Amino acid sequence: MAIWLTKDSKVIVQGMTGSEGSKHTKRMLAAGTNVVGGVNPRKAGQSVDFDGTALPVFASVADAMKETGADVTVIFVPPQFTKGAVIEAIDAGIELAVVITEGVPVHDTAAFWAYNVAKGERTRIIGPNCPGIASPGASNAGIIPADITGSGRIGLVSKSGTLTYQMMYELRDIGFSTCVGIGGDPIIGTTHIDALAAFEADPDTDAIVMIGEIGGDAEERAAEFIKANVTKPVVGYIAGFTAPPGKTMGHAGAIISGSAGTADAKKAALEAVGVKVGKTPTETARLMREIMSAG
Amino acid sequence: MDLYEYQGRDLFERHGLPVLAGGVATTPEEARAIAERLGGRVVVKAQVKVGGRGKAGGVKLAEGAEETVARATDILGMDIKGHTVHKVMITVTADVAEEYYFSYLLDRANRTFLCIASVAGGMDIEQVAAETPDKVVKAPIDAVKGVDEAKAREIVTAAGFPAEVADQVVDVAVGLWQAFVAEDATLVEVNPLAKTGEGKLLLLDAKVSLDENAAFRHPDHEGLVDQAAVDPLEQAAKEKDLNYVKLDGEVGIIGNGAGLVMSTLDVVAYAGERHGGVKPANFLDIGGGASAAVMANGLEIVLSDPSVKSVFVNVFGGITACDAVANGIVQALALLEQRGEQVTKPLVVRLDGNNAEAGRAILDGANNPLIERVDTMDGAAERAAELAAAGV
Repeated sequence: MAIWLTKDSKVIVQGMTGSEGSKHTKRMLAAGTNVVGGVNPRKAGQSVDFDGTALPVFASVADAMKETGADVTVIFVPPQFTKGAVIEAIDAGIELAVVITEGVPVHDTAAFWAYNVAKGERTRIIGPNCPGIASPGASNAGIIPADITGSGRIGLVSKSGTLTYQMMYELRDIGFSTCVGIGGDPIIGTTHIDALAAFEADPDTDAIVMIGEIGGDAEERAAEFIKANVTKPVVGYIAGFTAPPGKTMGHAGAIISGSAGTADAKKAALEAVGVKVGKTPTETARLMREIMSAG
Repeated sequence: MDLYEYQGRDLFERHGLPVLAGGVATTPEEARAIAERLGGRVVVKAQVKVGGRGKAGGVKLAEGAEETVARATDILGMDIKGHTVHKVMITVTADVAEEYYFSYLLDRANRTFLCIASVAGGMDIEQVAAETPDKVVKAPIDAVKGVDEAKAREIVTAAGFPAEVADQVVDVAVGLWQAFVAEDATLVEVNPLAKTGEGKLLLLDAKVSLDENAAFRHPDHEGLVDQAAVDPLEQAAKEKDLNYVKLDGEVGIIGNGAGLVMSTLDVVAYAGERHGGVKPANFLDIGGGASAAVMANGLEIVLSDPSVKSVFVNVFGGITACDAVANGIVQALALLEQRGEQVTKPLVVRLDGNNAEAGRAILDGANNPLIERVDTMDGAAERAAELAAAGV
């Protein structure tokens, strides 16, 4: 088992015929993901060959779901079309939509999130501006490299792509149940709290690594959640201790506004509820290793 | 992107919101022309993106053109909390009877927008909220439904605006929301929203932030960037599509992925504590691709910063293979040499992940005395800090 994405997940790709979409569809297939098709209204009815696997292209998410039983969509469309693509996925009632696209205007994200809430949150949205979700050895939806680590019993939730990969690499001998990159935008569909709750409930996850960064107060709220709801050990890492206020550090959401959103405040909040916070990614991995070896 | 007050005022005016007549000047002579056009008494306000202008002497009244020139001369060039004043805004004055507060902003925690309104305006709203929370209304706004007249009236009633201005505040609330959406703003704040002696409502200040991710549907927003205030290295990086932020240390940083680069800055700063207090000189995320050309562009920017004494290239090969990155580094140095750049600063390179062994072998094979390979992130940060301290 894993959270949200398992070997039984049937995955479609919105934007499969684009350059990023086709590159990563090929990688997802190679990782063993059950990719069952793509969506592009202008190429509906065609099929695309990925190293011997022919995938059908459907006119809409609804069509693709009807024909294939897909329950996960990975979205690679450009920012100006992302809102439309996500709303289409919500309307079709798909269970999980993974939005990889970087550079989506926050008004668009706020709008598709509000739309999802109005529809009763039938669809779990991960991202935007995220690397996706991987359950090593089972399925991979997004752009997380599949060969860094195998399956194991650590759960990982992170705002950052490459820090996710770094942490997977550091702990590759232990392995992960599921790694979720939730993205670095100011508004995201799945939060640290959502992932913590799912890992807490997942019988195949024993401990959780949580990676945060400057901006907003998601980590502080996650700390409160951990105190009240999480019994499994959690190890944390926060990036951006030396970032200056008022500057956006790569991710649209990574900005210290006045005295809000600092790494120090996040670290303090996590430590106050008993979460060990590493000073560097390597030290964080070491803290997790100690927990896993203590069994 | 945060706007100057005068840009926010112009934006409000374009959206039909009531603001004071005025203009912006970069010289005393321009200030004179505006004062002559406006006539009578004016207010001269320093344009800086920092609070506390009034206390610093950056806001002055002036009677007529001569006095306006004198006040503009005083204020232009003034330093306010480290910000030099290059522009002043000149507006007519208003007879203010009451000051309110009104804003729309992004509410990250609730994944929506928030309206904050108060009849206690003119001062720091966070202070008002802390001291008299009952005077501040925070109303979540549904991003799909937005603010129509009914929603606006609900906010106005909840905030307790006086009956004689209620209709006007409703109009401002709706108009401001429309501007907020139309411009892809993440913040529009009016403090004070003033009632004049005659009972007319005016937006007397403008704090506006725009979403840079929405630039593709706002070609006009590019013109709002204050080119004079942009760091020349940041400008050069932007022209090459590099995600670069200038910092004030000595260790140049190049990495892939925003989170990893932020983490690299931290690790270098910790190492710097043991090496003469050296710090990271910049944030530079070269992204997933990291081709030789991108690496060359990145290195060129970082090496052209005179305060850089050593460079730390920290790459985790995820999708990108480390051998491609290593080739990129070697080719980048050759490319810079071809471009006539004399590279003399040491490079500490850490490659991990996909094809790391092959990448390290390429670096070793290049036999370039400037390239030093260290295989852990913490160890490489230590070495880069040590080299920077030695080079200072």
